[in-house]
Amino acid sequence: MQWLWENRDLVFGLSLEHVRLSAIPIIVGLIASIPLGWLANRFRVTRAIQLTLFGILFTIPSLAFFITLPSVLGTKILNPVNVVVALAIYAIAIMVRGAADAFASVPRDVIQSATAVGFSSVSRFWKVELPLAGPVLLANLRVVSVTTVSLLSVGALVGNGALGYLFINGYQRDFPTEVMIGIVFTLIIAVLFDQILVAIGRVLMPWAHGVRGSSRALTVGGAA
Amino acid sequence: MIEFRGVSKQFDDGTLAVDDFSLVIPSHKTVVLVGSSGCGKTTLLRMINRMVDPTSGSILIDDEDIAGLEPVKLRRRIGYVMQNSGLLPHRKVIDNVATVPLLEGVPKRDAYARAMELLDTVGLDRSLANRYPSQLSGGQQQRVGVARGLAVDPNILLMDEPFGAVDPIVRADLQQELIRLQQELGKTIVFVTHDIDEAFLLGDEVVILQVGAQIAQQGTPSEILANPTNEFVANFIGVGRGKRRLSVDGSVESNGNDLVLVDSAGHAAGVVDAPGGVIANGDSSPKSRSISNKTDQAGDA
Ligand SMILES: Nc1ncnc2c1ncn2[C@@H]1O[C@H](COP(=O)(O)OP(=O)(O)OP(=O)(O)O)[C@@H](O)[C@H]1O
Ligand SMILES: [Mg+2]
Repeated sequence: MQWLWENRDLVFGLSLEHVRLSAIPIIVGLIASIPLGWLANRFRVTRAIQLTLFGILFTIPSLAFFITLPSVLGTKILNPVNVVVALAIYAIAIMVRGAADAFASVPRDVIQSATAVGFSSVSRFWKVELPLAGPVLLANLRVVSVTTVSLLSVGALVGNGALGYLFINGYQRDFPTEVMIGIVFTLIIAVLFDQILVAIGRVLMPWAHGVRGSSRALTVGGAA
Repeated sequence: MIEFRGVSKQFDDGTLAVDDFSLVIPSHKTVVLVGSSGCGKTTLLRMINRMVDPTSGSILIDDEDIAGLEPVKLRRRIGYVMQNSGLLPHRKVIDNVATVPLLEGVPKRDAYARAMELLDTVGLDRSLANRYPSQLSGGQQQRVGVARGLAVDPNILLMDEPFGAVDPIVRADLQQELIRLQQELGKTIVFVTHDIDEAFLLGDEVVILQVGAQIAQQGTPSEILANPTNEFVANFIGVGRGKRRLSVDGSVESNGNDLVLVDSAGHAAGVVDAPGGVIANGDSSPKSRSISNKTDQAGDA
């Protein structure tokens, strides 16, 4: 506790850095995955290609990624862009599959009847498919959020891990308190992000509250 | 008037769903397409609003070939009601009903006001306007579906087994409601079902279909009942099984001007007006319907 108080500026600064560096990949992952996931759901061929490609990307060890990216991107090894890009790629890799599942969860009945009453394909995407994919998109985004916040610490090994710095520094100095503080603050940020996402979901999707079960049933009915 | 001219539809996988189908559907009438599962009813219906385009042949609405019309525009002036209502689960009832007017750019206030009136029209309480579809019963959802279909006051209403998923009592209720609505509105309704009782109840004209949308027989319910063209039709409408062959039950003493009718198995099927013990020569169609159709009686009850 005393250590925390003495180093409050450092911990606070690192926490802010952690929020910033992990928020970017999460947002990028969400935005990029929507068109990719929609395509994957719509066309069987692109689905196979995309899911394989992103599946492979995801198996690349994060450290290897952090180290090789600078030569690919032409950035300095200590540049935080490396870590952000690597995490964004992971986020997309997870989210694409999730987004494909999300669009697949939209009942076919509803899409057909939207078409039948006269939605154009563009308005149907924005007003029907995307909102109805929302609950599953959100569920996947929560996974991505937690993953990103914790993976970011690994970036400390290449000099850019925000709170991960406390792990390395604490380990090198054989000072467990510092490691603990790092873990606790990482956890707090992860929980904070998750709660924010849940709250956004509540506001944007009031209809989904307690309706999940019946919309599932509808999907099954539509397929039968 | 909707006209099918030698229409065929073969799907990409080779299924010939509709094989050289021709039919004229007169305006302001209810025409029911009836047939067993997979005979091509839905495909026929969806060709009218260009959800499905024919492989060959043409479809005309009021003598205009719809192949030349923009599908989205065409669909917005045709009402469509389907099984499981197809309502948008993320929109409140009022927004569902107002969907198409809002797409068309009608101001929100006007669209909502009209949607409220439509709730009255289909017999729904206005207090349901702010619910989500999942908070309604199946029958209420179907009513909302009908209200949505009527929202742009279309000339044509396409209905694909709209009452197929609700229980028999609610179904009977909805059927009566549709008959009442149609008397008021006089739309051109193309109604798809596999329930022959429903077809006879609702149809001014009934088209009985076989696989590949082959017309087995077409005519008014009375014409078909009086003269089934072949054994398939006779079986399909139940004459072959004796379900519809009614006779006066002589064993019950009639206390008024009604006689009890029984089917060929001896089950009571209805009553017939018989002032002084003589069966009246029915000239009003509702009466003759209540003789020939059990569903109707359930609805009156
Ligand atoms: N998109 C499609 N691709 C391939 N085949 C199809 C497609 N839609 C329908 N079919 C086939 O065309 C035939 C007619 O289908 P349709 O849906 O019109 O039947 P239906 O009379 O409406 O049946 P039901 O009473 O079960 O709804 C069926 O054999 C069906 O499998
Ligand atoms: Mg069908």
